[in-house]
Amino acid sequence: MTSAIFMRLRHALGDAAVGSDREGRPRAIPDSTDAVAQLCGLAHEQGWRVRLEGRATWMPADAPADVALSTRALARVVEVAPADLVATCQAGVPLAELQRTLAERRVWLAIDPPGHPERSLGSVIATGTAGALRHGFGPVRDHILGGTIVTGDGRVIKAGGNVVKNVAGYDLTKLQVGGFGAFGVVTQVHLRLRAVPERRATLLARGERDALTRQARTLMEQQLSAVALELFSPALAAEAEWVLALELSGTAAGVEAEATRAAERSELSWSRLAPEHAATFWRTTSRGARAGAVTLRLGVFPDGLDEMIDLLAERLEVGLLSAGAGRGLLRWSGEAPVAAIRDLRRIAAEREIPLTLERAPWEIRQALGHFGAYREGVGVLVSKLRSTFDPNATFPVALEGEHD
Amino acid sequence: MTAALAERLADIVGPRWVRHRAAELRTFEADGLPTHAARPRLVVLPGSRGELIAVIRALHQAGAPWVARGAGTGLSGGALAESDSVLVVLTRLSRILSIDPLRHRAVVEPGVVNARLSEAALQFGLHYAPDPSSQSACTLGGNVAENAGGPHCLKYGVTTNHIVALEVLLPDGSLARLGSPQGEPWGPDLVGLFVGSEGMFGIALEISARLEPLPPAIRTLLADFPTVRAASEAVSAIIASGIVPAALEMMDQACIRAVEASIFAAGYPTDAGAILLVELDGQAAAVAAESADVEELLQRSGARSVRAASTPAERARLWQGRKKAFGAAGRIAPDLVVQDAVVPRSTLPDILDRIAAIGRDYDLIISNVFHAGDGNLHPNISYDSRNPALAERVKQASREIMAVCVEAGGSITGEHGVGADKLDYMPLIFDAESLSAMCAVRRVFDPEQRANPRKVVPVHYCKEWGPDGLPHRRTAAPPHSP
Repeated sequence: MTSAIFMRLRHALGDAAVGSDREGRPRAIPDSTDAVAQLCGLAHEQGWRVRLEGRATWMPADAPADVALSTRALARVVEVAPADLVATCQAGVPLAELQRTLAERRVWLAIDPPGHPERSLGSVIATGTAGALRHGFGPVRDHILGGTIVTGDGRVIKAGGNVVKNVAGYDLTKLQVGGFGAFGVVTQVHLRLRAVPERRATLLARGERDALTRQARTLMEQQLSAVALELFSPALAAEAEWVLALELSGTAAGVEAEATRAAERSELSWSRLAPEHAATFWRTTSRGARAGAVTLRLGVFPDGLDEMIDLLAERLEVGLLSAGAGRGLLRWSGEAPVAAIRDLRRIAAEREIPLTLERAPWEIRQALGHFGAYREGVGVLVSKLRSTFDPNATFPVALEGEHD
Repeated sequence: MTAALAERLADIVGPRWVRHRAAELRTFEADGLPTHAARPRLVVLPGSRGELIAVIRALHQAGAPWVARGAGTGLSGGALAESDSVLVVLTRLSRILSIDPLRHRAVVEPGVVNARLSEAALQFGLHYAPDPSSQSACTLGGNVAENAGGPHCLKYGVTTNHIVALEVLLPDGSLARLGSPQGEPWGPDLVGLFVGSEGMFGIALEISARLEPLPPAIRTLLADFPTVRAASEAVSAIIASGIVPAALEMMDQACIRAVEASIFAAGYPTDAGAILLVELDGQAAAVAAESADVEELLQRSGARSVRAASTPAERARLWQGRKKAFGAAGRIAPDLVVQDAVVPRSTLPDILDRIAAIGRDYDLIISNVFHAGDGNLHPNISYDSRNPALAERVKQASREIMAVCVEAGGSITGEHGVGADKLDYMPLIFDAESLSAMCAVRRVFDPEQRANPRKVVPVHYCKEWGPDGLPHRRTAAPPHSP
């Protein structure tokens, strides 16, 4: 079967776009939306399962499949329009490279997801993984204006648009952000950009965890104007103590005033990082999340962080942990058995806190699903949406996992 | 048949809350869009969550199409119900169920008026940020359906950025809980999918919204420019500077004069080619620094004068002119079509020139008042709907304006929705495959397509799909034998 798949793929996509993965199975490396559509159409017809790999820097490339689909050749920044603060690029563009291209035009994409700097934009979209900057700039979905999607049966759909405000038609883009590739392959996206600010500053405070979370809440009450206010566990920050990181951005006067206020209005001792040290700090904490095999995301409010961290410590370990001390959300990376994650998810759900499996080996994803059990009435909608966008289950994505 | 249905609904909500006489139905013939009208089969006004669920279940059993409606302030004909459809009016479901001042959340029923939520949150120093111009009347349910915007959405985002969770009532009468209190989607982002679905996926029974703290400092600047082009260039300069004003609004001369001649006069200079209203908010130091920068940018772009509102009363007056501009346009002609389109911000000067040219070609009065910072245009066409020839010219000019915006890389609607009005424009920006995908998604929520029929996607694009809602298969070219 494998050699027949190789043959048909090479015929359809050309020799250059077909390689093989570690296990000798075919890997398609298409460079256009049309080529992705051709691959998916063929897979749908032949009953092949297609594993979406992106650049293989975040989710382990281990879902059982007949063909792997790498987006590494979908790596073109199609257009940057600094005056309109929008850009269009293919989904396989490495995030770091995109930011470098944008920086030349004095604009940037305000997303700082955990993971490898070469992580593809498509992977960030599929997993909906936002980093500390979501505090000031919102979740991943707020940065995606539209794009092109290839469905599991090879249809090409355009969603949204290339302007910053748009309500024409249903917002199908939203289904792709955080959909883990279950509703199609995003091949190209329109992004909302920001102008590079006059000044940025990173300040760190170190100390006991509950003191930091309490002070963060105080700063929120004082309406500190920050773009990030993130708590890091000692292991993730590579420090001896817990770290609260504050990122300010804006006019020089505004940033300085807020830095002063942060010092005056909290009982914390802040140290300001030199720009090169700030970059290293954010890079270290971003990359650190990959050190564990599993990454979890918990939708918890800031006032529930301490309790949830205690629970994590009790059930798993404190591990590599970061949390939005100002607006909530907690991310944990480490090693965890299926049973422990399942228990944690159940306890969290009882408190109306969703636990999303952002990254894990296939056997854990398969057992637990990225989302596990949904709230009332959602399961049937998700299952119908899936069969709409991927009627033959071409994409092996475990959204729900096996039932207990 | 209709009488039997009316009786059934009356059993649920009480006879007083079912309207079926022609004179009663007339009130519900139109929304904020003057070019379209339709008389519903029946109107029902449920008074509680339980009644609403029972009504939708009864309509499901009867196989009757229906349209949900809030305050009827929509500008795309999205809440029009034709003679086969029952209009389900949600204005009586107007309870604010909870406000959590600590977590900055509110849970409301769909009939809560937008401005009322902000008023209720004021005591906690919070407000609900999206502020459509109709905010004193429009409802949160309608805002969710249309993904409504408003002047302050430039900085704070539109409705979809402020809704964290929804309990929805599907057309078959079943319930689904989308999202989570904190805002994490809890599965695929169905809240994001539902917001802006124009009442075609179901009814938002309970809306959980994010509240924002009131900014400690606000500064509103009024700049007047000799030409629209100069004002547009100032907009570009501000956007490129990296400063994100809370609002950045433009009015052209026709609009300024209408406002100044009305009871909403705000002291705008009537000889200006255009004015910009720029609002900066946040911490005092940042606002001071940003307004100094913005003032300089405005002057460098050719502003004749820049005036700052220094008191809350002055600020309110400047905003009143903007928010009541549509009302003031009543002085120009009896009817007003508030158009809505979006263009890339850098194309604003050229597009506004082209819209002016379209106005001249069709001999129509077009005034512009819009969210310049977003590139979200509202060309307003003043006319008299009693003159059919004139009404036809309005229609043609509207179509041409849309075509120009689409050609520039824009969209046919930024915040009003497609509704009935823009159905025909959808193929201008979406191909058949994308439109049929929208139909298929709609059928996931509403397999019988009874909720708000004939809106958003032209019906013939939905026919390519099988009755089971599954897509047809794309057949790849078969490979040659080796």
